[in-house]
Amino acid sequence: MTLLEFSAVVFAGSVTAGLLGSLTGLGGGIVVIPLLTLGFGVDIRYAAGAALVSVIATSSGAASSYVKEGYSNLRIGMFLEVATTSGAVAGALLAADLPESAISLLFGVVLLLSSALSLREPARGDDGAASDPIARRLRLDGTYPSPEGRIAYHVHGTKTAFGLMFVAGSLSGLLGIGSGAVKVLALDRAMGLPFKVSTTTSNFMIGVTAAASAGIYLARGYIDPGLAMPVMLGVLVGALVGARLLARVESRSLRVLFAAVIALLGLQMIHGGISGSPP
Amino acid sequence: MATGSRWTDEQVEQIIGNLLRAGLIVATLVVVIGGAITLSRHGAQTPDYRIFHGEPAALRGVVGILHESEAGRGRGIVQLGLLLLLATPVLRVAFSVVAFVRQRDGLYVSITLIVLATLLYSIAGRH
Repeated sequence: MTLLEFSAVVFAGSVTAGLLGSLTGLGGGIVVIPLLTLGFGVDIRYAAGAALVSVIATSSGAASSYVKEGYSNLRIGMFLEVATTSGAVAGALLAADLPESAISLLFGVVLLLSSALSLREPARGDDGAASDPIARRLRLDGTYPSPEGRIAYHVHGTKTAFGLMFVAGSLSGLLGIGSGAVKVLALDRAMGLPFKVSTTTSNFMIGVTAAASAGIYLARGYIDPGLAMPVMLGVLVGALVGARLLARVESRSLRVLFAAVIALLGLQMIHGGISGSPP
Repeated sequence: MATGSRWTDEQVEQIIGNLLRAGLIVATLVVVIGGAITLSRHGAQTPDYRIFHGEPAALRGVVGILHESEAGRGRGIVQLGLLLLLATPVLRVAFSVVAFVRQRDGLYVSITLIVLATLLYSIAGRH
């Protein structure tokens, strides 16, 4: 396959991955990596480098509109970015010392878990519990817009969320993904944030987390321009289209189908990791 | 909060939103230009990503990438676009430092500086 053909096929595949990532809420990075490794035989390090770049692009694109709507909580985002960025640096540094098979295996497990998480019903949001002392000291409580004016919410479980965010960051650095699923888990389950606040704040944080890994990926030669170009552009286009379709894809059966596709990719990655051969 | 030169949270959110959008648009344009040059010159070559070799040193750091893109090389220009893309969230954090300073919020100035330092370590450190 020539570079021109390769770029065209990878671009088309990345549009699909971006679409699927956007519709499941998992992000394009986590879908495009199995596509590149299983579909095109790309080494997982090149795949992770290209995916990470696409993660930054989609996060910036989505966050630029979310932030203006006033849903995301910038204080929570910044405080937890201390955990995600340090986790990301640790993960990215560690990635170089792990064999390709171990990374495939871990990736497969994360895909399976993410697939299950994507089927969860959204948390019911603010459960009325009082803010914890750390959240009060850090002034994490906030408000979000609604037709009846801004509604206030309280924040708790700050310590747990901080720990989960370190894990999310490490996975992001190890695997080249945005770890949106773990971030949303920390924000809406541990901290009890309203659904729209947790998804937008998570998206807002993903770009900074990915940038913390990307610097190291770049220095280690994981980011190849020939591969990153079609992947970044494709995932971005897919994510933008997905964001427009999102309102229309509420059907449960479609979500189950998407989750099944993701789980299948996860099993393939685990198989590739165990059999030891490049998948 | 909206007294004198202090920014309100809403103003900060507007500026950050615009910053992210502008960064993404500029980076995407540069990547597209670099990609077009690469494909027009090397489109007939056969890529191989099966075995990891790592990028050449010139495409791994800021100085090398600036050099390569100045020379008009397509791959260097794509990499410059990716560098701009990577710089966007870093700029966002740097801007947040300024915003928290203007809000006289010492605690969040410190928190944001930790995040900024981590990012700069990742991008500028030797790995």
